[in-house]
This record gives sequence, C-alpha cells and structure tokens, in this order.
Amino acid sequence: MTTRPIRIGAGAGFSGDRIEPATALLEHAGLDYLAFECLAERTIGLAQAARQLDPDGGYDPLLEARMRAALPLASRGGVRLISNMGAANPLAAARATTRIARELGLSGYRTAAVVGDDVLDLIMARPYPLIDREGTSCDLGSAVVSANAYMGVGGIVDALALGADCVLTGRVCDPALFLAPLVHAFGWSLDDWDRLGQGTMVGHLLECAGQLCGGYFADPGVKDVPDLARLGFPFAEVDQDGGATFAKLEGAGGLLTEATCKEQLLYEILDPAAYLQADVVADFTGARIAPLGPDRVRVEGARGRPCPGSLKVSICYEDGFSGEGQISYAGPGAAERGRLALDIVRERLRMDGTDTSAMQFDLIGVDSVDRRSDDSSTAPREVRVRVAGRSATLGGAERIGAEVEALYTNGPMGGGGVTRSARKVLAVASTLIERQLVRPQVIMEVA
Amino acid sequence: MILRDIAHVRTGDKGNTAQIAVFARSPEAYPLLVRAITAGRIAAHLPALPIDSITCYELPGLCALNFVIEGALAGGVTRSLALDPHGKTLGAQLLDLPIEEPAQ
Repeated sequence: MTTRPIRIGAGAGFSGDRIEPATALLEHAGLDYLAFECLAERTIGLAQAARQLDPDGGYDPLLEARMRAALPLASRGGVRLISNMGAANPLAAARATTRIARELGLSGYRTAAVVGDDVLDLIMARPYPLIDREGTSCDLGSAVVSANAYMGVGGIVDALALGADCVLTGRVCDPALFLAPLVHAFGWSLDDWDRLGQGTMVGHLLECAGQLCGGYFADPGVKDVPDLARLGFPFAEVDQDGGATFAKLEGAGGLLTEATCKEQLLYEILDPAAYLQADVVADFTGARIAPLGPDRVRVEGARGRPCPGSLKVSICYEDGFSGEGQISYAGPGAAERGRLALDIVRERLRMDGTDTSAMQFDLIGVDSVDRRSDDSSTAPREVRVRVAGRSATLGGAERIGAEVEALYTNGPMGGGGVTRSARKVLAVASTLIERQLVRPQVIMEVA
Repeated sequence: MILRDIAHVRTGDKGNTAQIAVFARSPEAYPLLVRAITAGRIAAHLPALPIDSITCYELPGLCALNFVIEGALAGGVTRSLALDPHGKTLGAQLLDLPIEEPAQ
C-alpha cells in the first residue's frame, strides 16, 4: 500500500489501436501502470469463434505485437500492464505473453490470467430475461456463441496482490482496468463508494486512450488540434483520495484540455448520476474539471453509491448473414442515375422474391448518414449507391452485392468502382446475472 | 447564429440508443443552450432520425446537456444495416441548429 500518487497510462482504446503512443508512454511518462482497453462488445464473440477453431486461440489478434513492443520497456521501467486482451481465452493470452517474455530474455516475468467471466453454461441452464428486448437467454438457443459477465476489479486486484507484472482478463467493465490498480495501490475498501466512483471516473476518462488527447475532437477552424497525426495517449497521476491530474507527453501530438476532458467524461454515458459498474454506481454530476497548465487538467468530484446486486452479461449469437454492394456515379445527373440504380436493384431483388422492406438503399453523399435528408435540391458531382440487407443464408446475402455489380452492364450510364461483401452476423443481447454466481479466478504463468 | 457558434458536441452509443452531449463554449452560453436545444427541436432538425424517446440530463457544473435518444440506431451497432451503425455522425448534424440570439 502506498500514499504517494500513482501514475496510470492508457495504452489502447480499442482492439486495433495504434501501438506507438503506448511505447512512448512506457519510455517517458514515469508510469506505475499501463492499461490497454481492447475488447468491444462483439469482439469477444469473434474471439470465442476463433477459440472453437483453435483451443490456444481466442485472444486479441494484436496481443503479440503489443507485448513485443511493450514488455522490454515495461519490464525495464517497472511498469505493470493490465489489459482485457485475454478476450475469450485469457489463459492462452497469458501463456503467449509468457512465451514472448522468455524470447525477450525476461526470466521470471509473471503474467496472470483472470478468468471467470464466461457464464455461457449458467445462462443456458435456465432462462434469463433479456434486458434489451423480449425473450430469454434460452430463446436464443443454439445460435449463442458466447456469454460473458462484466466483472469488476476483484480478479485484477488479486492478481496484482500476487505480484503479477502483467494481468490479462476477459470481459471486465472497461473502467475496472484502471480502477483495479488504484484499489490495489491505495488499499481502497470495496465499499468506499465515493473513492470507487472517483476511480471509475479516472478509468472512464482514460479508457478510450487518444480520445482524451484530441482524438474524435478536431473540427478545423472551430476546434483545431495540433499535430493530430502524432496523437499521443494520456496518463493520469492519481491521489489516494481519487483526485487526478491528466496529462499527455510533451512533444506528443494532440491536446488535453478542459474541453477534451468534458467531452470524454460524458462519452457513452446515459444518466450521468448513475453510471452502472460492477463495483459501484458512479455519479459524475459533481465532477470538477480545471485546467492546470498546457495539456494538464485536474479532475475530481465524482461520487459513488453501492454497486448493483447483479452483473450485466453480453450474449453473442449468430443472427443470419448480411450482404452489401456499392457503386459510384459522377458528373451532372449523378444523383438521378444513383437513384435509378437503387430502383433497379430493389426491383430485381423483388422479382426474385426477396423482401426488400427492411433493406437499406442509400445514396452516399446525399442521405446515407445525414438525418436531415431534405436536400433533394442539391446536385452533388458524385454519389455512391449502397444497398445492404440481411438474409438467412450466405447465398442470399451474396446476391445483394451481385445485383449491384450487375449494374456495370445492366444499369445506368457510367457506374464504376463496385465493391461487395457478405458476412455472418454476430449480434449481441444482454441479460443480468446474480453477482454471487460470478467468481474471478487468477492463474499465474511465470517466464 | 447556429449551435456550432456556442457549443461543441460528442456522440456515443449504447445498444439501440444514441447519446449526444452538448457543451457550452462559455458559462454565459449555457442558459442560451438550455433554452435553445429541446427534444422537440432535435426531432424537428433531424426528421429522418428514428426516435422512441429523448431524455435530457442537465449538468450545470459542466455547462453541458446530455441527450439520450432511444431507438435511434436501427437496432444497434451489431444488427444495424446503416452505413454509420454507431450514429457517430449524429452530433455533428445538430451543429447547424439555428440559435436565436438573445436580445441585447
């Protein structure tokens, strides 16, 4: 336990995130911990599918690249690593990391796997009501690929107490990756709700990495961000009461200001007084954000209330197939030819008995993402036709792109640049499970 | 004057719910923001956006409003056929909402 401030960095904000900003933090930020958030809601279902093909697979596809870059620096600097890159197979991820540590000559490097989030057997054994639609877990039947509970800090804290240099989890609440080292380092009690609320705010601000430093922020002329190409990732120096100063490395691109912190604080938050986590119900409404200097911002004032009695579970299930095709038109009359193309594809699919009512017929450049859609008077110099739809079969999904491709020789003048795709759809449903049924376990691998 | 002159926005998603946080550029602009953006004005400004309900959370300490728009994402990112299944472009589309300038 310590009373000195703890420095935590953000090493990744999503599975495919850039690697260089994390290594820069490891080299120059004087960190105690670096946490990588890499597990989107559906990613674990894809990982579970990979594990079914290879029992040693099912962890993050970039884990090995990240570890090769991070381990030498982290080991030299005494920075402990935490990540949900374990995905559907934390133990295999820990073994892969241990193998890399050996290759790098890091004898004795300790990597912990935190398991226990996989609740597939539990939610299929009896019907759990889905919280985002009608029905129960059992209604999804054999389509279910994975079910994982959002665990709290418990397993990570245990692993750190056991001396892990690196902790790899499956599904945990994203902010818990950052809250756990605070609980461990400061010895926070797991019913110290205000500190847990404050630590959750720290984690929430860091978990999207570059988004706190000016990523997802720039609006030229209105909100300019310097050197976005070299965008750095943030780190926080956290006090034992949970107050934190956020900063980025000098020389890293981007900016870290009151405005970037405010935007990230409310990002993907519904009720800011009740941010539901496994460890606490965090309340951000009293947050105080104050600039301390260039790229340095103080954030404090979050609070917390007792954690919920149940944990959220994400269920990934196979939900048929989707197909898509796109083609471009340009010059005068481009939009009209694009609309004609859409009409032709719709009609051809109907002639074949396809139900087109739930399909998507877009003119990119006119109405594909714009929800005003009242600018039919404008005449864009180029448009891109997009048709997307669902099908129970892969063949049906492929048919959609095929009809778009057929526009080359069977459609309006001057259509070019067809792309088409078809894929299996992995959808997500959610339920709640009793907290006491989910018990994290730690398995340590030593290089 | 438009919203972009007095505020900045960030957009997020949770399932079939879009979330748009709107931040006043200055404390003085916050009361104007509270008056100017309402659920009704959002719906009128984005007529092609499907909406089941809109809840507004006021955060005076941050000079911010958090709009939670249920039903806006065609079933959510994992099932939607939309080009932007997360709805990440939605907040920016609010930025040309006309704002009536306060009487001097």
